[in-house]
Amino acid sequence: MSAADMVRSRVAQIALLVVLLGAYPWLIGEFYVNLASQIFIAAVFAASLNLLVGYGGLTSLGHASFLGLAAYLSGWLTLKMGFTHGAAAPLALAGATLMAGLFGLIALRATGLGFLMITLALSQVLWGTAYRWVSVTDGDNGLARLTRPAPFGINLDHATAFYYFAALVTVLAVWMMARFVASPFGASLRGTRDQPRRMSSMGHDVWLLRWITFVYSGFWGAVSGLLFVYYNKYVHPTSFALTSSAEGLLAVIAGGSGTVLGPLAGAAIVVLLKNYVSGYVERWNMLLGIVFVLIVVFMPRGLVPGLRRWRERRSGGRA
Amino acid sequence: MIPALEISDLNKAFGGVSATSGVEMRVMPGARHLIIGPNGAGKTTLFNLISGDLYGDSGSIRLFGREVSRLPPHRRAHLGLARTYQIITLFGEESLEHNLVLSQLGLSPLRWRPFAPLDRFGELRQEARAVLARVNLDHLAERRLGELSYGERRRAEMAMALAQRPRLLLLDEPFAGLSREERTVLKDLIAGVPREVTIILIEHDMDIALELAERITVLHYGKVIVDGTRAEVVADPRTREVYLGD
Repeated sequence: MSAADMVRSRVAQIALLVVLLGAYPWLIGEFYVNLASQIFIAAVFAASLNLLVGYGGLTSLGHASFLGLAAYLSGWLTLKMGFTHGAAAPLALAGATLMAGLFGLIALRATGLGFLMITLALSQVLWGTAYRWVSVTDGDNGLARLTRPAPFGINLDHATAFYYFAALVTVLAVWMMARFVASPFGASLRGTRDQPRRMSSMGHDVWLLRWITFVYSGFWGAVSGLLFVYYNKYVHPTSFALTSSAEGLLAVIAGGSGTVLGPLAGAAIVVLLKNYVSGYVERWNMLLGIVFVLIVVFMPRGLVPGLRRWRERRSGGRA
Repeated sequence: MIPALEISDLNKAFGGVSATSGVEMRVMPGARHLIIGPNGAGKTTLFNLISGDLYGDSGSIRLFGREVSRLPPHRRAHLGLARTYQIITLFGEESLEHNLVLSQLGLSPLRWRPFAPLDRFGELRQEARAVLARVNLDHLAERRLGELSYGERRRAEMAMALAQRPRLLLLDEPFAGLSREERTVLKDLIAGVPREVTIILIEHDMDIALELAERITVLHYGKVIVDGTRAEVVADPRTREVYLGD
């Protein structure tokens, strides 16, 4: 394929994506439009976690910290401090990203299981704080009666408007993360995942590569937190909970860690099961578990790499 | 002249067992220095101490006059140190060329570029090809590293170190497990490394090692037993006792 052909096929892919995303709300009811918005939020969250898990080899069980913190900061600033959304959003992102910088300093003293436990513990600290610091967080009641922003005067309270907003943010986020992993920095990061000791002896500052990734991942986790709180207009301590972090991790692993599209597919699976199937099956968590087990058994590297391999095999291994 | 490497009174113990004890060593720039000793003599431990994979308990290590004994490995790499490993730790899922690119990135400011696509930096790939050509592997550049033969991987290992344009090169048993032909190829390759590069070599194969080395250090139970020119060390009865004798 020539370079011009590649550009043309790239343009065609982007055009197709724009048309599909743009037309979707007009083809289908509000329930499904909202469902798609939720998938976008989960996708940004999972994709940001995937930077650590898939490309850095650092399995975190505390990524909800940044989602929750950005959500709480935005809610608290607009509800209790009288900030506009325009001021609260950058402050919430900055606050959560700073916290990621601090958490990274602590958690990256370890790797592997140690890293997992420290990230979990740190997120539990935030979870406990959200329950107990009632004057700021309203404790178990959560911050309620929040509003959605109205960028450029566009009211996002309408499902379709919010859908477009979330789609735009998601495309931007995924693009920025895809660029990140395709860069020299991203290549070095993958190197530290596979052979940290060797990378270090070749002159790579493994710790710093990981820390920067942790902060960047925290930033996009915070972006998903903003979408989350705008969508729900409510935030509760459970957004910091282990299950919240674990759902993200599940999406990454089920979809295919270390791939750009994997976490998006994984997020769709988790959200669809959670919202759609839970209406029919009471123990939807069990169903989620079964689906997860099936994926791990039949496609150990995740859905996206699994399907890719299956397609290659069907086309005679020539693809 | 400032030595490329100067080690004084270096000590390292693992849970009471001394692996390196009071080691003194001095390697001048451009030297071809061989370290020998029986299994468990502490040769690889010494390499790990020099490269920073391990930190010593006490003592000093100077690279080109600079004290490095507390510096992490990546800082030492930036001072001109490169090493190969005894157990091959390459990136098996990546192409051979990508392995070389990772090695170059380690010392290049490009590695901090987070948003520009790696493909854009054609100079990295060209340099990788040039180094691969030096070890006669350029025809396999696109191949996944995991598909290479053992001998080819050994040469790739060598290329990874050369890609760093080191001033001091540590080679940990580069000939281990190679066939006779492969050994000759690798020996010529090492012999062809320019004299600006100082080489310290650990090797068991005495025939080849003695051809390359000018100075030799004999280690035994973590201590330096003999140190001198090739002729001196070979003639020394203590060398025969600990290593060559039986």
